[in-house]
Amino acid sequence: MTAGYNTISMGTGRKEFNPKKERPGLDHYIKDAGQGVLKQIGGADKIDESVIGNFMSARFNKQAHLGGFAGAIDPKLEFKPSLSVEGACGSGGLSLITGIRSVLAETADTVLSIGVEVQNTVKAIYGADILAGAGWFDKRKHGHAYFFPGQFSDRAGVYYEKYGHEYARNGMRRWFVNAIENARLDPTAQEYHNSTPDLAVLYDKMTPNGKAFVDHLNVLDCSKVSDGASGIVVASEEGLQRMGIDKKDAVEVAGWAQLTRNITNDPPDPVELTTIKAAAAKAMEMAGITMDQVGTVETHDCFSIAGILAVEALGLAAPGKGAEYVAEGNTARNGKMPMNTTGGLIGWGHPTGGTGVHQAVTIWQQLTGKAGDAQITLSDDRPYGLTINMGGDDVTVVAIVYKRA
Amino acid sequence: MNYDEKLQHVSVLGAAGKMGSGILLLTAVEMADLSLKPENKGKAFVLNAIDLSDQALAGVVAYLRAQVVKIAEKKAVLLRQFYADRNDLIENYDIIEQYVNDVLALVRPTTAMEVAYKSTLIFEAVSENKDLKVKIFKQIDQNNPNKPWYFTNTSSVPIHMIEGEAGLDGRVLGFHFYNPPAVQRLVELIVTEKTLPEVNQFALDYAKALGKVVVPSNDFAGFIGNGHFMRDALYGIKLAEELAKDHPFAEAVYMVNKVSQDFLVRPMGIFQLIDYVGIDVVQFIMKVMNPFLDDEDLHSDLLDKMMEMGVKGGQMSSGAQKDGFLKYEKGAVVAVFDTDQNEYSDVVNFASACEAALGALPNSFKPWKAAVRIKDKDSHFGPYFNDMKQMDSLGAQLALGYGKNSDAIGRKLLTDKVARSEQDVNTVMLTGFFHAFGPINNYFA
Repeated sequence: MTAGYNTISMGTGRKEFNPKKERPGLDHYIKDAGQGVLKQIGGADKIDESVIGNFMSARFNKQAHLGGFAGAIDPKLEFKPSLSVEGACGSGGLSLITGIRSVLAETADTVLSIGVEVQNTVKAIYGADILAGAGWFDKRKHGHAYFFPGQFSDRAGVYYEKYGHEYARNGMRRWFVNAIENARLDPTAQEYHNSTPDLAVLYDKMTPNGKAFVDHLNVLDCSKVSDGASGIVVASEEGLQRMGIDKKDAVEVAGWAQLTRNITNDPPDPVELTTIKAAAAKAMEMAGITMDQVGTVETHDCFSIAGILAVEALGLAAPGKGAEYVAEGNTARNGKMPMNTTGGLIGWGHPTGGTGVHQAVTIWQQLTGKAGDAQITLSDDRPYGLTINMGGDDVTVVAIVYKRA
Repeated sequence: MNYDEKLQHVSVLGAAGKMGSGILLLTAVEMADLSLKPENKGKAFVLNAIDLSDQALAGVVAYLRAQVVKIAEKKAVLLRQFYADRNDLIENYDIIEQYVNDVLALVRPTTAMEVAYKSTLIFEAVSENKDLKVKIFKQIDQNNPNKPWYFTNTSSVPIHMIEGEAGLDGRVLGFHFYNPPAVQRLVELIVTEKTLPEVNQFALDYAKALGKVVVPSNDFAGFIGNGHFMRDALYGIKLAEELAKDHPFAEAVYMVNKVSQDFLVRPMGIFQLIDYVGIDVVQFIMKVMNPFLDDEDLHSDLLDKMMEMGVKGGQMSSGAQKDGFLKYEKGAVVAVFDTDQNEYSDVVNFASACEAALGALPNSFKPWKAAVRIKDKDSHFGPYFNDMKQMDSLGAQLALGYGKNSDAIGRKLLTDKVARSEQDVNTVMLTGFFHAFGPINNYFA
C-alpha cells in the first residue's frame, strides 16, 4: 500500500465546523481523498480500478451507488472498474480487502481504495437510528435510543461488574486522554484544536447519566460524529513500479483476515471481542508473526471500552487486565505498544465508512516516517503494524498486518 | 380531583402572546406526558389555546411544533419507554414524530373564549390590565360549572384585587413565569389570604413537574422581580439624566448601560433590559405599581417621552430585539437614541471617549459568562468590588453607587414584606434576571 491521504475529519471539535451552515457533501470528500492520493502517484492513468467503502450514505445523504463517483475524482477513472462495498463501520476495511483480493487475483495492479462517510447531515438522535443499521433491525425496537452506545454501554456494565467500576474507568479515562493527546499532533484530526488543559478532570466530571444518554458511558467514551474520507493505493510490486513509487514509501501487506459473526446473535461473551480476537490471530498467522513483532496498532475504538477489550482480544493483556494495561500507559505513544497514534476514532474522528482506510493510512505514515508531529519511533525488531477495523458489535472485522516494504 | 385530572381540561388565555405561547408549550408537553401514562390511556386531554387573532394562533401552532420537536429530541430516551408497547414505532425518528403529533393533538387553537367554560384549570397571560383580567375571569366563572382554578401570569397586579373583583374566592393565584417561559427556570408564586391550600399545592406540583424554581412572593404590586427591576431601572434612568448634564444624552445612556452591564457583571445593561422587556411594558408596570407605594414615586418622564416619540423596544415575533433606547444589529448595540435630536446616534462616534471617561475595569474582572458560573460568589465578587473601591474612576464610582442602590432595593423588599427572605430576593434576581450575584450582599457596604 502507498500514497495514503486523509481529508480533515470534520465535526464538533474542529474550529471551522458550524452545524448551522451548509457544508460540503459526499462528493467533496470522495474527490478530496481521491485526488490527494492521485497527486502522489502521478495521475489517474496509473490506477486500474477503484473501490469505495461506505456505510450509510443512502440514509445520511440520500445517496447510494458510490462506485459511480470514481469518475468524479478524475475523468481517467471513468470507464474503469469501480464499486462500493459495505460492512457497517468496517466498510473501509472491506474496501482495502477488496483491493487486496483484486491484486492477488491479478485482475489489477493498482487499486484506489477509498473510505468515506458524511454524517453531520442529521442530529445525533437521528444519526443513532441510521447507525443502528449496523445491528440487527429486529433488535432495534428494544434497543437504546442511542443504539450503539447502548450496546457498548452494556458491555462496559458487565466489565465494571466483573472487574470493578473504578478499575475499569481508570483504563477508559486513560484511553480517552491518549486519544486526544495524539489527535493534537495530527492537523487532520477532529480533536486537533482540543485545548482542554486537564482532560482527566474533564472526563471525571462527566458521570455517565442513563436518563440523558447511556448508563455506563459518557460522551467522551464515544467516538466522534464525523464527515471525512481517506484514500490509499493497494498495489502489486509491478503496480509500484508503474507508479514510480520507491518501496521505502510503501508498506507491504503481510497478512490479512476478514471474518464475520452472525448478526442475529448476541455477542457470545459481553467482555470479549470474539471476532476481533479470531481475525487478529488469523492475520498474524498468515504474516507468520506474533504480537511481539508488532510495533504499533490502530484499533477500532468506537468506544473507550472497545479499546480496552481490543487490548485483551489482541493478547496484549489477559482478560480483565486490559484496563490496567492501558491505565499504566502501555498504549500511549511512548508506551510499550503505541496504539491509535493519530487519535483513533475518539480523537482523530470516525467517519464510519472511512475509518478502515484511515487506519491503513496512519500505519502507512508511521512505518514510512510520514506521520509528521505524530511520528513515533519504531524499533527494527518490531517492524510490523496492525489494523483492526470493526463493523457493528464485533460482527464484521478486518485485520491487516503491515510491514515496511 | 387529582393532579392528572386537574390537567385534563385546561385553557390558556392569551396563548399567542410571548408569555402565553411559552405557557402553552410547557403545559401541552406536561399534559401529553400525563396522557401517555398507562393509567391515563383512553382519557381525553384538552388544551385550549385561546387568543384574539386567528393569524397569531396559526403562528403559535408552528412555534409549538418546532419547540416540541426539540424537546422530544432531547428526551428520546424517555419517549422510547412511553411508546414501548407500540410495535409500529421503532426508530427514534418514528417515536419523536408520534410524540410531536400527540402533543399537538391536545392543543385546540381558537378565538372563542366559550371553550374555557369546560376547563378545570385556566392560565391567563393577556395584557397587563387588571380590568381586562377581571372581566374575563368573571365571564368564564359565571359560565363554568367546574369552579375552575385560575393561574394568572401577571407580573404586577395584586392577586387579591383580581380575586375580590372577579369573585374567585380562593381559586386564583399568581403564577408568574419569566420571559421566555420555556427557558427561564424561575416562577414567582403569589397566593392571597384566601387561596385554597389545594390550589397552592397543585401549583407547587405543577412547577416541580416543569422543572421550575419557585420563589414565593407576598401579594404586593410588582412582587419581587418587578419590585427590584422597576426601581433599579428608575435609578439607571435618573443616573443617565444626571450624567446628561455634562454629556450628550446618548452618551449618558451609553455609559450607564455600560456600567450596569460590565462593571456590575450583568448579562445586559439596564437600558438594554428595558428595551428587552419593552419601554411600554416598563411604563405600564410602573403605572400599575405606583398607586400602591406610599413613600416613593415610581414614574419616569423619560419613559413617557420615549413612548410619545414612538420608541418602544420590545421583541419581534421572531424573538429579535426591536430598537428602543438602543439600536441593535444582530444583537449588538450600534446606536443610542438621542431624545434631543429624535434620532439614533452611532455608538462608534463616541464609544471610545465614553470608555475613557469611565476608566478601566478592575484587573480581577471576569466577564458575566464566566462569573455567572462561579459557585462561591463571595470569593470572587468580594475582592472584585474591593478592587473597584480602590479605583478613583467615574466608572467605579457609578458602579459602586449602582450596586449599593440595588442592595438597598433588595433589602427594602424585605422590610416592605414583599419578599420573605433575603435568599428569595437573590434567587429571583439570579434565576429570573441571570444576575451573577444576588443584589443583597456585603460588597458595597
